[in-house]
Amino acid sequence: MEQDIVLTMRNIDKNFPGVKALQNVDFTLRRGEIHALMGENGAGKSTLIKVLTGVEEFETGEIKIEGIDHPIINKSPQEAQIHGISTVYQEVNLCPNLSVAENLFIGREPKKGGMIDWRTMNKKSKALLEGLDIHIDVTAALENYSLALQQMIAIARAVDMSAKVLILDEPTSSLDDGEVEKLFHLMNRLKEQGVGIIFVTHFLEQVYAVCDRITVLRNGTLVGEYKIEDLPRVQLVAKMMGKDFDDLAAIKKEGASSVKDEVIIDARQLGHKGTIKPFDLKINKGEVIGLTGLLGSGRSELARSIYGADKPDSGELYVKGSKFHANTPLDAMMQGMAYLPEDRKAEGIIADLSVRENIIIALQAKRGMFKLLSKKEQEEFTDKYIDLLQIKTADRETPIKQLSGGNQQKVILGRWLLTNPDFLILDEPTRGIDIGTKTEIQKLVLQLADEGMSVMFISSEIEEMLRTCSRMAVLRDGSKVGELKEEELSQDSIMKAIAGGAN
Amino acid sequence: MGNKKMKSKKNIDGNAFLLLITIVLFFAMYIIGVIAFHQQGFGKTQNFLNLFISNAGLIVIAAGMTVVMITGGIDISVGSVVALTCMMLAWMMENKGMGAIPAAVIVLVMGLVFGFVQGWLVAYLKLQPFIVTLAGMFFARGMTAIISQDMISIKNEMFLSWAKYKIYLPFGGYVNRKGVMIYPYIYPSVIIALLVLVVVFIMLKYTKFGRSIYAVGGNEQSALLMGLNVRKTKLKAYILAGFLTGLGGFLFCLNTCSGFVEQAKGFEMDAIASAVIGGTLLTGGVGNVFGSLFGVLIKGTIEAFITFQGTLSSWWTKITIAALLCFFIILQSIFASAKAKKKK
Amino acid sequence: MEKLKKITSYRLFLPLLCLAIVLMINIITTPTFFQISVKNGVLYGYIIDVINRASELVILAVGMTLVVSSSAGTDISVGAVMAVAGAVCCFVLAGGQQAVNAYSNPYILGFLAALVVGVICGCFNGFLVAKMKIQPMVATLILFTAGRGIAQLVTKGQITYIRVDSFKLLGANIPGLPLPTPIFIAIAVVIITVIILKKTALGMYIQSVGINSRASRLVGLKSTMIIFLTYAFCGLCAGIAGMIATSRIYSADANNIGLNMELDAILAVALGGNSLGGGKFSLMGSVIGAYTIQALTTTLYAMSVSADQIPVYKAIVVIVIVALQSPEFAKIRKKIAGKFHSEKAESKKEVA
Repeated sequence: MEQDIVLTMRNIDKNFPGVKALQNVDFTLRRGEIHALMGENGAGKSTLIKVLTGVEEFETGEIKIEGIDHPIINKSPQEAQIHGISTVYQEVNLCPNLSVAENLFIGREPKKGGMIDWRTMNKKSKALLEGLDIHIDVTAALENYSLALQQMIAIARAVDMSAKVLILDEPTSSLDDGEVEKLFHLMNRLKEQGVGIIFVTHFLEQVYAVCDRITVLRNGTLVGEYKIEDLPRVQLVAKMMGKDFDDLAAIKKEGASSVKDEVIIDARQLGHKGTIKPFDLKINKGEVIGLTGLLGSGRSELARSIYGADKPDSGELYVKGSKFHANTPLDAMMQGMAYLPEDRKAEGIIADLSVRENIIIALQAKRGMFKLLSKKEQEEFTDKYIDLLQIKTADRETPIKQLSGGNQQKVILGRWLLTNPDFLILDEPTRGIDIGTKTEIQKLVLQLADEGMSVMFISSEIEEMLRTCSRMAVLRDGSKVGELKEEELSQDSIMKAIAGGAN
Repeated sequence: MGNKKMKSKKNIDGNAFLLLITIVLFFAMYIIGVIAFHQQGFGKTQNFLNLFISNAGLIVIAAGMTVVMITGGIDISVGSVVALTCMMLAWMMENKGMGAIPAAVIVLVMGLVFGFVQGWLVAYLKLQPFIVTLAGMFFARGMTAIISQDMISIKNEMFLSWAKYKIYLPFGGYVNRKGVMIYPYIYPSVIIALLVLVVVFIMLKYTKFGRSIYAVGGNEQSALLMGLNVRKTKLKAYILAGFLTGLGGFLFCLNTCSGFVEQAKGFEMDAIASAVIGGTLLTGGVGNVFGSLFGVLIKGTIEAFITFQGTLSSWWTKITIAALLCFFIILQSIFASAKAKKKK
Repeated sequence: MEKLKKITSYRLFLPLLCLAIVLMINIITTPTFFQISVKNGVLYGYIIDVINRASELVILAVGMTLVVSSSAGTDISVGAVMAVAGAVCCFVLAGGQQAVNAYSNPYILGFLAALVVGVICGCFNGFLVAKMKIQPMVATLILFTAGRGIAQLVTKGQITYIRVDSFKLLGANIPGLPLPTPIFIAIAVVIITVIILKKTALGMYIQSVGINSRASRLVGLKSTMIIFLTYAFCGLCAGIAGMIATSRIYSADANNIGLNMELDAILAVALGGNSLGGGKFSLMGSVIGAYTIQALTTTLYAMSVSADQIPVYKAIVVIVIVALQSPEFAKIRKKIAGKFHSEKAESKKEVA
């Protein structure tokens, strides 16, 4: 082992039923470096972290850590911690009701005569935090401090317990710029102390602001390890998306444009604090507008603020020319909007209800409680969409939870098409779905636009977007940073826009 | 940074504020009582001590309830368990001729076992605490009826001597009409209750177990990730509460010296209300046994009001307590949602 | 084996099985259990008695089912609300007196007052649960204890008697009808509820909110409103049940009307195969569950267990049912089964 290497992972393999989550992945972390682990959805970042921290087992390969001369296998996060590997997640895993000092020392409190020695604990905590340039009252409850400070306290706890390898898993997702700055300060401080930090994030700016090295994964395989100065942003995006930067062969859409002049949606400085900064966006009738950007760039959040799923707290929204104020999603539905959410399981399906009920429920909600659709209408509608979308289900009364992911998604799609919307938001409609269904959904989107529906399409796959969208809005780090007109659409331009920055 | 410090001080916080309301409320009520019932002698030291004497059992039980509620649970079986305790004491001593000491030991063990079973169901089978203790409540009440459907009065001499043993305080006395100095007194039960409070307070503040209780109530997932044994902590909390309920029942029995089926009905409400009024959050993670003491004292003061007033029925106590509970629950809910909003 | 699995997976399998077992025990302990005799055109018999006595419970179980489904919690105030409704009704009819031989106010006024009071109590619970987001059982605990106090205040701590024949009709027999009135009322409540659930979208809304409230919000349902409605309805059911119970004893007994009924109602819902974790429900299951519990109660009476001892057995049944429903229990069972299998394999190896 080289002198300054703290962690090596070699030839790691990990399979989930039907999926090769990690194949032959190598990873090396050096002392006193901040190392970004990058990759889009399904690339295997989180699986690699889980394998390293003992949340998941791996099949083959070996993990070595400095100071232990044989390969280690962690069976639990506690064991990983004993080996010197700590993790801090996006969600702060501390107790908000306890004091800062307690959160730092719970489970290993200093004692005097069998009783917890609060004075020593507070003193030690103060010293520990001051060593990291954090000057706060350690006796106050954790919940009194901002998320960023809580995050830093979590890091302080992790580092104090074992200081070789620190994994930061999307720690900045809910922080504002100033807070991120403070976090970086702390990271650099730890770096000087010789801690190896693995930094997982979706924000490119942050990678280039603080990291020394980048490892890119894609589809469970290693793409490569690069020094930050050797990998310009556009190259990084290309590597993450699996497209060669020079490959300009874009797939053009056929036929005449279906876009009409009539404006359906007109957002003026609409925003939702903490998720999406104020943005302007106009959407015409019959248009398919794509939202692109990396995961966590604010794509879904923009859509949600229009639909009223997260009530916007600034700006104005005009629907078909008149001002619209959404209090609940139902109001948006009455205006002709429909929203297929990103998280199918948590926000889409109503698991125990039948396919029939899942399809008609939105239309029913629009009609009101007392105007129940007759059994016959319900069955007709259901059969129509089972047929039209080729939903594979044993029966229309089968609980939706028994269907495959792709078929569940089609049911949700059917639910919204049944409400005959003017404006349909599709947030990652093709994620986790087989190729055949993907193509069907893409075709359907184009057909709907032809018929005059406006569609907002959100996807992580550029090709899919190129095939369907006539215009794209680009998002980065929680704000809308630009738009690409139809003639400007190409993989090259999109990736450049996503990457942003000077290069 | 100095600014930040100020902010955190100012934020201490919704919870402490609630407790402050409670303490102020108690003293305000007591002063009103002293003024309104001046003639009847509301202001006497003995009257104040009576608050402790008649509620010694409740103080102990509320302490146990506080511990369970801090873990995020609840125990609504306590009223019935008190009835069962009294009935068992009376039955064992009067019908079985048992001595007072073995009878007392048996009921304490019974409370402990009861707590263990409920705690195991909650912690290891992950059943809703409410359902478990609701069943416990009906079980204990039914068992009381199975032991005896008639009231049993306790005549055991040793037990009665415990119940009537007055401890005079060397101060706060007054001279009565005959010119004799009368000193105020308390019963041993008051000393036991206050001792329990102190022990539980120290346990919660200065032991690993105590802090684990807060951690589990604050965020179970985090507590687990920080390496605490969540299940064991919960189980132990319920066992402790069960034991305290047994002890509280014993103290309660010293006041009533009898056992009957309908005894201590609605007592669970008094205990829960005392804890909530004393600043324990229903959602868990926050609470303090001395706060709960003030909750008990408020309940006692309301009772004293009604006794001194003379014409109001005793049902008003229950209704007022329920109304107070309702008021404090709503306050908690408002504070919680305000806090959540601020976070955003 | 396949067939057996199919039968046991049928939704009403558990409630029907329990009912069958209880009835079997009944026949063994009381051979005359199913005998029905006719006197003056009115049917009498053990079984009629069970069905009659179960009426209040059936009505409560209907309301409780909806509450459980929408909010994953239970309303433990129903017994106390019954007492309040009964007390208010008698108060109105007796004009504040302690015992009357003629109505002081029209009957219908007292009846409506009881129902309105029931709904108000339900709304109070609903407000705390749906709007203030307080755990259902804590919220309803308030009325659970305060309710009887309020009822006592209304009746001034005494039992108000209404000694008017027409007042007894609701809890006894209407001349000319072969069965006691409560049976008809219970059936009417069940039928009306079923019609409401089937003819409006409410049934689907309630289940949807109970299963996935986030998804329900995105498809345009107002979960606060729906949960509130189920509590209000549960209060109404408690009001109706309170009227029947009051009529049976033609008096308002604040201490005993609806006593221990909350446990029975929760038990009926659980026995009906409904998860106390909310979501999908079967109203018929709860109704069968209610009749089962009444049959069980009658059996226990027949075995000379007194009314205040019965909760011991019911409490055990509740715990057993919820424990069987719990995912943790399934995990433990799987572990034991796994151990058993591996042990079996080992012993086989040893033999070989």
